[in-house]
Amino acid sequence: MTGVPLSSSPIPRRSILIGTVGMAAAALASCDKASSSTSSTSANATSRTVTLSIAANAISGGKSSKEADWFAKYVIPEFIKAQQAKGVTATVSFQPSGVDDEQYKSKLALDLKSKSGADIVSLDGIWVGEFAQAGYIKPLKDVVGSSVTSWEGWSQIPEAVQANAAFDGNTFGIPAGTDGRVLYFNKKLFAQAGLPANWQPTSWTDLISAGEKLATLSGVTPLQIDAGTAMGEATTMQGFLPLLVGAGQQIYANGKWQGNTQAVRDVLTFYQAILAKKLEDSTLQLAAKGRDESFGAFAQGKIGVLAEGDYFWRSVINPNGGDAPMATRDSDVGWAFIPAMAPGKGVGGADYASMSGGGGYFLNPSTPYPQQAWELLTFMSSKAAILARLDGAAQVTARKDVNSEVLSKDPLLSFVSQKVLPLTHYRPGLAVYPQVSLALQQATADVVSGKSPADAATAYQAALVKALGGADQVTTS
Amino acid sequence: MSDRAADAAGLGRPRAAAFMAPALLLITAFLVVPALWTLVLGATNYRLTGLAAANPQFVGTGNITEALSDPGFGWSLWLTLLFVLGSAIFGQSLAGLSLAWSLRSAPKVVKAVVETLVLMAWILPSSVVAFLWVAYLSRHGGTLNAILQTPGTDWLIQHPMASIIVFNIWRGTAFSMLLFSAALSAVPPSQMESARLVGAGTLAQLRDVVFPHIRGHVLTNTLLISLWTFNDFTPYLLTAGGPNHATEILPVFIYNRALYGGELGYGSAISFLMLIINLVIALFYVRLLRERR
Repeated sequence: MTGVPLSSSPIPRRSILIGTVGMAAAALASCDKASSSTSSTSANATSRTVTLSIAANAISGGKSSKEADWFAKYVIPEFIKAQQAKGVTATVSFQPSGVDDEQYKSKLALDLKSKSGADIVSLDGIWVGEFAQAGYIKPLKDVVGSSVTSWEGWSQIPEAVQANAAFDGNTFGIPAGTDGRVLYFNKKLFAQAGLPANWQPTSWTDLISAGEKLATLSGVTPLQIDAGTAMGEATTMQGFLPLLVGAGQQIYANGKWQGNTQAVRDVLTFYQAILAKKLEDSTLQLAAKGRDESFGAFAQGKIGVLAEGDYFWRSVINPNGGDAPMATRDSDVGWAFIPAMAPGKGVGGADYASMSGGGGYFLNPSTPYPQQAWELLTFMSSKAAILARLDGAAQVTARKDVNSEVLSKDPLLSFVSQKVLPLTHYRPGLAVYPQVSLALQQATADVVSGKSPADAATAYQAALVKALGGADQVTTS
Repeated sequence: MSDRAADAAGLGRPRAAAFMAPALLLITAFLVVPALWTLVLGATNYRLTGLAAANPQFVGTGNITEALSDPGFGWSLWLTLLFVLGSAIFGQSLAGLSLAWSLRSAPKVVKAVVETLVLMAWILPSSVVAFLWVAYLSRHGGTLNAILQTPGTDWLIQHPMASIIVFNIWRGTAFSMLLFSAALSAVPPSQMESARLVGAGTLAQLRDVVFPHIRGHVLTNTLLISLWTFNDFTPYLLTAGGPNHATEILPVFIYNRALYGGELGYGSAISFLMLIINLVIALFYVRLLRERR
C-alpha cells in the first residue's frame, strides 16, 4: 500500500485541540467569579477628565431607534456641554445593541460579571432580582453614597414604578417608566369581515368568534397571541400572563406559584383552540425571528388582532421612526382591552386583564467614576431630558410631571394610562421569575407543536418544581 | 548506548525539555486547564445570574446524572448524530468525492470555476453565509420558493433538520473536495488504465482501484469533518435551535441552556460530555488508521 501523504496522526490531535480550545474559551469566559470588592464611592470624584459609557438595547435605524438617537443627539452632547461649563472634559459614548431582549441580557450579564461593560446600563425590571443576587448591580447608596436620596426626581416617580428598579427594599437604578398591554386590531380588515370599528371583546369566546370572521378574508392571519420560546419574554408578557390573569389567577400570589392548575390549563386550552381553528400562524410562533415578522405582517395589514404593549404603538408601527412603520396607523389601528375568559372571571372579578412592566437605567458597580455616572444618570432622568426623549410623542414615563404634560396628546397612551393601568398587574420581582417564564414559554411551545394542554401543563409543573428546587411553593389547586 | 540511540538529535535531556516547554505550556494553558476547569464548573450549580452566580454550590455528579435523564439532552444527542451522519459522513464526503472525481478530467476553466465557487462557500464568514441562507430559504419571496414554485413554504420551520443538513453539506464540501482531489491524483494512472482496458465500470474502478489507494484519506477526511460538524455552531444562526428544539444540536443545546437559560454549571457538564465524545471519536479513527498499517 502506498503511503498517505497527509500524515494521519498529528492532524486528529490538532483538531481535538481546536475543538477543545473553543470550549475552553467558553469555560474561561464564565469562570471569573464576581468578587464583592467595589471601588470607593468617591473614586475619581474630582477628576477633570471623565470617560463614561451607556449601554441599552437600542440602535439607530433599528430597535428602539428613538432612544439611540436621543443618546447620540441629546444626552451625550448636552451632558458634555454641562460638564465643560464646570471645567470638566467629559467623553461619553453609547454602546448600541439591536437584538432580542434575552440576548441583550446575556451580553450584559457577561459584561458585568467580568467587571467591564458600560457605566450606565439599561435593564428590564424583571432582571433586577437575579442581577442583584449575583452582585452584578449594587444598591445606589452603595455605589454613589447616601446623597442619592436627595435627587429631586424621586418625588415624581410613583411607587409602583419605582419597584421596577428595586429589589429586596433597595433601589438599584432610576426607572424609565411603565406600560400596559392591549389588543390592537386592524379596522380595515374588521370592516371587511363585518366587525365593528369600536370592537371590545368581553370573553375569549368573543375573541375566537372575531377570529373566525377574520379567517374568511384571504391572506390574513386572524390573531397573533405570542407563544413559543423564540418570542422569549414577549410570550409570557403579551400572551400567557394576561390570559392567566383573565382566567382568575396571578402567576405568583401569597407565596405560591401557579403549577398545573385549572387556570394554567385554561390558558393552554385557549392556545390550542385558536391553533386548532387555524386562527393564528404557528410558523410565526416558532420562527427564530417570529416576533419581528409578526410586527411586519401587522404593519402590512396581514394580521387582524395582535396583543402587545404600548411599545408596539410607540416604537414599532409608529409612522415616525418605528421599526415597522405603518403610515395609516392613526386611522386604521384600533385597540381594546384584553378580555377575561368570561365577564367577571378575571383576578378580583375583573372583566379585563393587562400586565405591566418597565425597565430603567442602572449604575455599573465597577464604574471608575461613580459620582459622575450618577450625575449622568440623573441628567438623563431629568424632566428636560425625558421631554427631549419623547420629542413630542407620548409615553408613560417614570415622572409624573412629564406624564401630566404628554399623555393627553396621544389617544392610545391616554387609554393605557387612564383605563389600563388601574386594572393592570405586575410580575413578581423575584430572581427566579425568568426561569418560571421560560417554563411557561415552553408550555405554549409544546401546545403549538401539538402536545395536549394537559401534557404541557404537567411538563410545565415539573420544570417549575425544578426551577424552585422543590414543590412547597407550587399550588396545584 | 540505548540512551544515545533514543537521543538521536544529541540534545540531552535538559535541552530537549527546554525545546518542549513552550509547546507543553501552551497545551497546558489552553487545553488541559480549561478542560479541567470545565469539569470543575460542571460539578457545581453555577448560574449566569442570581444567588448561584455569586455562591455556586458543589453538586458533584448531579449535572451529569441530570443530563443523562434529561430528554432534552438525549434528543439533542440524537439530532447531533443525524447532523453528523447526514451532513458530514455521507453528505460532504460523497459530494466532495464526486466533485473531485468528475473534475479530474474536466477542462481547466470549468475546474477552476467550480472549485472557486465551492471554496467560496467554505471560506465566507458564517454570519454572511447565514444571512444568505435565511434569504434563500425565506418564506416571503425566498429564492428557493421562487425556483421550486412553492410560495409560502417556510423551510426552516417545516423541514428544519433537512435544511441545516443541506446547508452544512453546501458549507463544508470544499474540504472533502480538496482532500480527495489530492488523493485521486496519487492513484497511479497505469492501474486506472488497466482497469478500464479490462472493462471495469466507474463503480468497479472506484471500489477496486481508487478506494484502496485513498482509504487513508477517506478516514482522515471522515475524522476531521465529523469532529468539525459535531462541534459546529453555525446552524444556530439559521434556526437558533428551533422550532421548539427541532434543530438543537449539542453545541446549540449547550449555548441555549448555559447562556440563554443561564445554567452555566449544567452547560459545563454537557461541554465535558462533548469533550469525551470528541475524544472517543478521535480515538476510534486513530485506531482504524493504525489497523490499516
